[in-house]
Amino acid sequence: MTQSLIAIIILWGFVFIYAVMATMDFGAGFWSMFYINNEKTKATNIANRYLSPTWEVTNTFIVALVVAVYSMFPGAAYSLGTVLLVPGSLILLLLAIRSAFLVFSHVADDYYKPLTYITGITGILIPGLIISVLPISHGSYIDFDNGQELDLGKLFTSPHEFAFFGFAVASTLFLSSLLLADYSKTSKEYEAFKVYRRDAMIIGPISVLMAFLIMWTMKSEATWLYDRMLEDRNLLLISLLGFVIAGAALFLPTNKEGMKGMPRVAVIAVICQYVIASYVYGKAHLPYIIYPEVTVQSGFTDPDSFRAVFFTYIAGFIILFPGFVYFWSLFMNDKRYLRQKED
Amino acid sequence: MDELVIARSMFGTTMAFHIIFATLGVGIPLMILISEIVYQRTNDLDYQIMAKRWTKAFAVLLGVGIPTGTIAGVQLSLLWPGFMEVIGRVMALPFQIEIYAFFIEALFMSIYVYAANRIAPWMRIVSLVLVCVGGLASAVLITNVHAFEGTPAGFEMINGEIRNVEPWKAFFNPSFFVTAGHVALSAYVVGSFTIASVSAFKMLRNPFGSRVYKFHQKSLMICLAVGGVFALLTALNGHESAQKLHEYQPEKLAAAEGLFETQDHAPLSIGGFTDRENQEVKWGIEVPWALSFLAGNSFDTEVIGLNDFPEEYWPPLFVHTLFNAMVGIGSLLIVIALGAFAWKKWLKKDRFPKWMMWVFVAGGPLSILAIEFGWIFACTGRQPWTIYRILSTEDSVTTTGNLAVLFGLFITIYAILAVSVVLVLLYYFKRNPPEKDIQKAEGKQKDIPLST
Ligand code: HDD
Ligand code: HEM
Ligand code: HEM
Repeated sequence: MTQSLIAIIILWGFVFIYAVMATMDFGAGFWSMFYINNEKTKATNIANRYLSPTWEVTNTFIVALVVAVYSMFPGAAYSLGTVLLVPGSLILLLLAIRSAFLVFSHVADDYYKPLTYITGITGILIPGLIISVLPISHGSYIDFDNGQELDLGKLFTSPHEFAFFGFAVASTLFLSSLLLADYSKTSKEYEAFKVYRRDAMIIGPISVLMAFLIMWTMKSEATWLYDRMLEDRNLLLISLLGFVIAGAALFLPTNKEGMKGMPRVAVIAVICQYVIASYVYGKAHLPYIIYPEVTVQSGFTDPDSFRAVFFTYIAGFIILFPGFVYFWSLFMNDKRYLRQKED
Repeated sequence: MDELVIARSMFGTTMAFHIIFATLGVGIPLMILISEIVYQRTNDLDYQIMAKRWTKAFAVLLGVGIPTGTIAGVQLSLLWPGFMEVIGRVMALPFQIEIYAFFIEALFMSIYVYAANRIAPWMRIVSLVLVCVGGLASAVLITNVHAFEGTPAGFEMINGEIRNVEPWKAFFNPSFFVTAGHVALSAYVVGSFTIASVSAFKMLRNPFGSRVYKFHQKSLMICLAVGGVFALLTALNGHESAQKLHEYQPEKLAAAEGLFETQDHAPLSIGGFTDRENQEVKWGIEVPWALSFLAGNSFDTEVIGLNDFPEEYWPPLFVHTLFNAMVGIGSLLIVIALGAFAWKKWLKKDRFPKWMMWVFVAGGPLSILAIEFGWIFACTGRQPWTIYRILSTEDSVTTTGNLAVLFGLFITIYAILAVSVVLVLLYYFKRNPPEKDIQKAEGKQKDIPLST
């Protein structure tokens, strides 16, 4: 395997991890707003219990992602930086408001509600904007003759972009409601569990519909990618199977408290679905980072630099892994935290 | 306005805003750690209350520090793609390692805040130490990129192409240790003097000798002690920074000192404004021979003046004023801390006069100003280069136009964040005055959970 291929696989891994963590993060923020007036179900409490300790860690992944792009593909960083100036800045602006107000909402009790509304709404827009990087990388909205300029008008009137945007928002809500259903089950919050299970069942089909919409619009907007993705149609079908399994898992056995379904199985099945689908997408996208100008090889860094960076990944992983495990055991797995009476 | 000027202003504004929260984010955890340790050794509950209150303030500041830092990191690639392309090839290591530092800080900060009542006291200390290490490491590493911009190393530029990259040599570039040390030490100065400001202000507002007055007095005294030590170390290290400039970026030192003619036994000009036309520093105080001595530890040292460089390589000359302001504030802070201890220990007075209290109140804002002046001096004094003598600012900037609108949006967001963070802090501490914490603590004499 060439070094540049290893590098792009690492990058893909980071993107995937961030995508999952970010859907949980922004989704939880949205649900905590959505159920703010519904005190009986504790749905907001559950969302906050997940969100409070994790948002910082999730945020660090964005930075890790950006750093990974320019340390492994500095050649691509030039073009990406240039075309993403406007969408990137919009994401940053929303993110600044979202993160700051999230913290403020837990400190200034009297203003909890308005602050939570701002947090929830800005938060749910962010995944939609972040995913726009993908249609932009398909190349048809960039004017390469004119010093790599992004045609914003064309981008934001294209159905392809809207399909991606809708997909990001729908999957954010879908995956986060599944996770929160699982989290409420572990916390033994029956009412909240029912709410999130119902939400997942409503939004799941919408997110699959959006995925089809992406493929359908891709046919005309990025034909090269569409054709290549269909070469792996079997994998795409398997990925769809993951969705069916998730759906089935939500109807499965009832435990003694009457909580229907096995949300953890559903979460895992959906994540598998996304892994496979994004593998097919990524494979079809290769070797282009931005079609058709920037490829994995043309953007790749100096081999010595790559070796040094790769070494720090290994060292960093070894150092950080125990920290992540400890964090997990304190916030995802500690009954004292999960089943606290009051938030 | 010229797009390059907008890009420079926009990035400078972002950094100037981020640095306030970032520096406090490095400095305050050390103070929290110190007060936790003092508490665990003396069992004086006041110190635990301090730790708790400072943690709350720190958590709120993080709410702005993290998103603005994210803006800084991403904006670097959005506004300066030419620069980041070189950095990506040669100097990716510090950014990469910094990510691990951020993770350590984020993980253990959450643990310290949200799990405090479920972990053992020694684990609280360990978590805090890791928060401090994470914050310090991120400051040191990001500063390393800045150090590299001034003293690039570890690669060669042959016909516009980067060759012979040695990433670790770039990492350990000549000014890394001195510059990173300066930033770290000065962050501790800012952390302690800022808390001292608040304590002094609260002492002025409460009757002498009251319970709350004494609480703030304890806080003031440890802050001044820590702040004084670090202010002294910062100055010593700053002296070494200046010597590095003499060695590696002589035109920057010349601009900082307003020196036009190359000479030995060079004089040091303090204060005043550099006048380009008459090639002199107006209204400054001149100390004969001092500059030569500062630059090379001997009066014979030849210091190179601006006239030895083509004028298009001159940094903006107002950096002289920025440099003097930083050094002036640094010296003043040392005097403040020494004065306070002389008053207490030698003169054995039990209270500070009012004017002195107001000087303590001024210390925090002044220290933040010193940070701002220092950074603007360091970055603007590097002009016209982003990487000294290798990459010009002009060649680093983005080719996308329409920056003005974005600049406006970012300024608006910073204004909103600045106002709201102050309001939130005021709101919280008005709602939860120290009296309340003291009563609660004395009421149950048990561990108070730190989380909300
Ligand atoms: C509380 C803050 C603070 C204080 C009291 C001082 N400094 Fe400073 N200084 C900084 C905060 C700072 C800084 C903001 O952190 C800078 C900007 C870039 C850097 O490396 O550190 C800096 C830069 C900086 C530089 C430029 C380095 C470069 O451009 O590469 C020099 C020569 C000095 N300082 C020297 C001093 C001296 C002689 C001081 C004597 C008291 C001093 N500083 C006090
Ligand atoms: C955090 C405190 C900092 C402040 C207040 C600050 C301030 C500034 C200012 C005012 C400018 C515009 C300079 C001019 O055009 O006259 C600038 C430019 C710049 N700074 Fe800094 N800076 C800071 C830290 C850093 C660090 C740590 C780095 C290294 C990663 C850095 C890298 C740059 C770059 C690449 C530019 C743009 C190119 C240039 O103008 O040279 N800055 N900064
Ligand atoms: C010397 C100047 C700087 C110092 C001391 C510093 C320090 C810090 C600290 C301590 C944090 C964590 C938040 C907090 O504790 O408040 C932080 C956040 C951040 N800083 Fe800075 N920073 C500096 C300059 C920069 C520059 C120039 C960049 C960009 C190139 C940057 C990028 C970031 C990023 C991306 C974050 C968010 C990290 C996260 O998501 O956890 N910082 N910075």
